[in-house]
Amino acid sequence: MTTLTAEHLVKNYHLRRGLRGSTLRAVDDVSFTLEPGRTVALVGQSGSGKSTIAKLLLQLERPTAGRILVDGKPAQRRGGGLDRYRRTVQMVFQDPFASLNPYHTVEHHLERPIRLHHPKLSGDEVHRRVLHLLERVRLTPAENVAARRPHQLSGGQRQRVAIARALAPRPGVLIADEPVSMLDVSIRLGVLNLLATLQREEDLGVLYITHDLATARHFADEILVMYRGRIVERGDADEVILRPRHEYTKTLAAAAPNPERRLSELRGG
Amino acid sequence: MALTTQAAEPVGGAGGFLAGSAPQRARRRRLGLPPMTAKLAAGLIISGAILLFGLLGPFVVQDPTRVDDIGLTGPSSAHLMGTTQTGQDVLAQLAYATRGSLTIGAIVGVLTLLLSGFFGVVGAYAGGWVDEFFSLFTNIMLVIPGLPLVIVISSYVPDKSLLLVALVLSLTGWAGSARVLRGYTLSLRNRDYVLASRVAGEKRWRILAVEILPNLIPLLASQMVFAVIFAILGEAGLSYLGLGASGSISWGTMLYYAQNGLALRLGAWWWFVPPGLLLALFGAALSLINFSIDEIINPKLRNQTRAARRGWLMSRKQLETAKEATL
Repeated sequence: MTTLTAEHLVKNYHLRRGLRGSTLRAVDDVSFTLEPGRTVALVGQSGSGKSTIAKLLLQLERPTAGRILVDGKPAQRRGGGLDRYRRTVQMVFQDPFASLNPYHTVEHHLERPIRLHHPKLSGDEVHRRVLHLLERVRLTPAENVAARRPHQLSGGQRQRVAIARALAPRPGVLIADEPVSMLDVSIRLGVLNLLATLQREEDLGVLYITHDLATARHFADEILVMYRGRIVERGDADEVILRPRHEYTKTLAAAAPNPERRLSELRGG
Repeated sequence: MALTTQAAEPVGGAGGFLAGSAPQRARRRRLGLPPMTAKLAAGLIISGAILLFGLLGPFVVQDPTRVDDIGLTGPSSAHLMGTTQTGQDVLAQLAYATRGSLTIGAIVGVLTLLLSGFFGVVGAYAGGWVDEFFSLFTNIMLVIPGLPLVIVISSYVPDKSLLLVALVLSLTGWAGSARVLRGYTLSLRNRDYVLASRVAGEKRWRILAVEILPNLIPLLASQMVFAVIFAILGEAGLSYLGLGASGSISWGTMLYYAQNGLALRLGAWWWFVPPGLLLALFGAALSLINFSIDEIINPKLRNQTRAARRGWLMSRKQLETAKEATL
């Protein structure tokens, strides 16, 4: 049960060009709340600052201004406080081919977060938990999968391993940065449904970062539309998709393929 | 969800008998060892034989410095490889020379590995001003010309030990590998799996040691093999110029004395051919091993891959039918 709040987050990147420099504002005054059991979708085009927000929330980058609150208290940046934060907020990366270390087995990937966050467990218990995690993400036979290396798995299977790794410390908040954009279209739905099931089971707060409006509407309760670092529109998922108010959202919605409109156009013309 | 197991297809053609059975190969791959090809086998056999000769030879041959009044004689039953101008046994000298050259190679190999690993990998991983400083230092060491520096140092130190020569060679030889390692580490440290282990809460040193370093092993190994070749050839060059370690015997000093003793003009091939041949063979063997390691880093270099690519090419007739089918 964790509520994660972002308050007026700003992130500037300093660009060096020779002696002169310029500042790029990647994230500009962004605030939102992730509540248990709710999914918030962050939609926007490439370079709009979606992934920067993920990095800020994971404390891989330091915000220029603004704060991150966990259950109303400011998130700590070092020491035991950071360890607790890492246990609470986890991430599924975009590219399952890059997010697993080719040198290590699947077991290593799942075992490390368990050992780090539950140092008192014995080797047997850790192994049992690894197998349980694999079964939960529907990778069976678990014993067999645990001994494999990433290159022996398909893209979808790898992404399931990545999801299992994110769930290993039992987090309260999950950040999924375009979790299916690198996967085959035919298996996307399976992975997304798995994420939704796990979310219900664990009562997770999920930040679903995507540029796919259709899946955002399908899975999210709330949609935030990002454009050039700012959140230009927010609201109920259906509300934002069906009655977009901001110019950019309208363009985005119009860009999505709409067979009915296209057919009526063809008939009319 | 059903998992399919990919059974490794046995590779036909030459070298197939060396490749071993499928489970054997799977085990080699799991251990991160290069596949046993003809190239690797030849390299290992030649360098292994020379290594054994250098390790065990000195125990069975006579004293290499013992002077005899028989002078320059060709191979005979008493002296299997003949004698030098002063009647010293060439086989005995060769055994001790092999030991000397290999010692230099080993010391320089280890020192270069440590230096280039420290300045290349640690600097790139730490980032910030540490990286700036380490990479500046590496670049300075890179542009210092090695051989002239060694000659200068050699002419200043009157009584040089083997260790000093090895130290000088490794100090002038590590910078190139450090640059290669730095570049690769820079690419590795920003991979998603490194970020993922940071998100998992791993300690910084553990990320370097467990997540990054294993992926550098093939590169480190090939750099080290290269450093050993460089050191043995460098020492041979120095000794040939008369600037090597005093009182030591190596392939270079043998060639130096052979040159001084006019071995070439006298036709005393048994004096200069063996050290020269061993030098060339050992260098070639290490290069063969190095190529095999390179094939792990860059699978495109594999013969097997090349053969597969040739298979992709369509014949003229196939192209015709394909074109017709699409029209």
